[in-house]
Amino acid sequence: MSEFAFLFRGRELLGSAEQQQKTLEKWGVWMADLSRRGLITDPGLPLQDEAKRVAGPARVIHDGPFAEIKDLVNGFIVVTADDIDAACEIAKGCPIFEHGGGVEVRPVASMTP
Amino acid sequence: MPLDDHFFRRESGRLVSSLTRIFGVHNLSLAEDVAQEAFCRALEVWSLRGVPENPQAWLMATAKNRALDVLRRQRTAAGHAPEVERMLQSGQTVEPALDDLLLPGALKDDLLRMMFACCDPRLTEGTQVLLVLQILCGFSVGETAAAFMSSHAAMEKRLGRAKAVLATSRRLFDIASSAQVARRLPAVQRALYLLFNEGYHGASAETSIRTDLCREAMRLTAVLLGDPRCATPATHALGALMCLHAARLPARIDSVGDLVTLCDQDRTQWDQALVVDGLSLLEAAATGPDLSAYHLEAAIAAIHANASTFEATDWAAIVSLYDMLMRLQPSPIVALNRAVAIALRSGPACGLAEIRRMRDLDRLSSYPFYFAALGELERRSGNMQAARTHFRQALNLARNSMERRFYARQLAVGDTAAAPFQGLEAMWDHAFDAFRARVESDRAAG
Repeated sequence: MSEFAFLFRGRELLGSAEQQQKTLEKWGVWMADLSRRGLITDPGLPLQDEAKRVAGPARVIHDGPFAEIKDLVNGFIVVTADDIDAACEIAKGCPIFEHGGGVEVRPVASMTP
Repeated sequence: MPLDDHFFRRESGRLVSSLTRIFGVHNLSLAEDVAQEAFCRALEVWSLRGVPENPQAWLMATAKNRALDVLRRQRTAAGHAPEVERMLQSGQTVEPALDDLLLPGALKDDLLRMMFACCDPRLTEGTQVLLVLQILCGFSVGETAAAFMSSHAAMEKRLGRAKAVLATSRRLFDIASSAQVARRLPAVQRALYLLFNEGYHGASAETSIRTDLCREAMRLTAVLLGDPRCATPATHALGALMCLHAARLPARIDSVGDLVTLCDQDRTQWDQALVVDGLSLLEAAATGPDLSAYHLEAAIAAIHANASTFEATDWAAIVSLYDMLMRLQPSPIVALNRAVAIALRSGPACGLAEIRRMRDLDRLSSYPFYFAALGELERRSGNMQAARTHFRQALNLARNSMERRFYARQLAVGDTAAAPFQGLEAMWDHAFDAFRARVESDRAAG
């Protein structure tokens, strides 16, 4: 078993109040399912769109995210799966695809050699 | 924890109402933006972290923090509400001032104030209803457009214009003034009545939208009933008529989405809890000398609720209630409903004679139920040719697929001359006042 970070990108949060609630409910169902199956090893964190970036040898502070909105990471969780293909199968159940986003699946580098 | 159904919608109404008190009615769109941001934040956090213990307080706190940012930025612009301005001038700092404004107890008043503000006499009745639906019930422009069978662009324009009118009042509606509340209360009742009607008889074929509208109208009527100054006999009667009609909703549409006539409805499916609520509200309405149209309509609905079968309905009592309604609030629609009741009491020939005596018949020329009523009464009189012609006209005027299927069925029944009474009872339930709202709001708009 290995760990995989799911990076959620390009999540569309706008919509009518009713749609937002429906979206939230879908996430709730999905997360509860992963949790019931014992797949979540780290609940991760939601991230806001607001961003600054410190870059270069001069440590210049830049305003704003440098990705397109659709590429912005909105949050992450860590799940456990047999391999990256199995992890991708798990990711397919995420409601994010219904509102314009995607999941980046990244193996977590392990301390155990 | 799971959220209640439509929690976001309801909270949207609350947040926008409270934020408008902070920013002023001229900053309504700012209030809406801040509320929207709070929802986005909730979606962002709750989707990964789960819904917090007290989601309502979480949203309010989030909105408050956002409002603080806005106010601090606008400090010199003095763009916010006079109430906040006063608090700040008296030396209070922004945050405690907002805490005071957002006390949980203030919420009911905020909702009430916003309801009264939306029913601004400078707007038509129809527009007031749209504002109530959008601002207080948290319907998006798209959802409002769907509920009223309008295009998104047209709805956006209409709502935008209406909000621009509201924005010209620098001051919030003063609900502390009993005189002002009393003066505008009839308009608020009327808007809720129209909202309910749109749900009950409206143009949308989507039954889910329609029950949403009915439920929202009932929720806001309950807010009115919760305020001693607004809980007048007419408000009780309004609540009664909503409960008694809503009680029939479960039996009104069958499993394939077709209208079921009052005659054919399985009365055991009527929501008895709502019937009981309706009857007790009607009893509470029977105090004082005032007799409103809501009283009469609720009384008619109560007669249906109390009839164990369609045949057992006391049509004579219904006719006399319609007589009173004609005196109180005459309209071609009331006259037509009265004629149908007369037909059910005394036979189709009497009903047809009543219709022929009616004035303003041209006002009904786009009203499918008018032709369906004529068709049914002709059929009952054995004039199949005339019946078919009328049903065909009704079919041409149908507003949605549910109505089309219904009139098409009537037309087919007309051909076989079977199933007497079918259409007539449908009209009862279906058209009960249906278009009065429409005709009158069109007239107000035009």
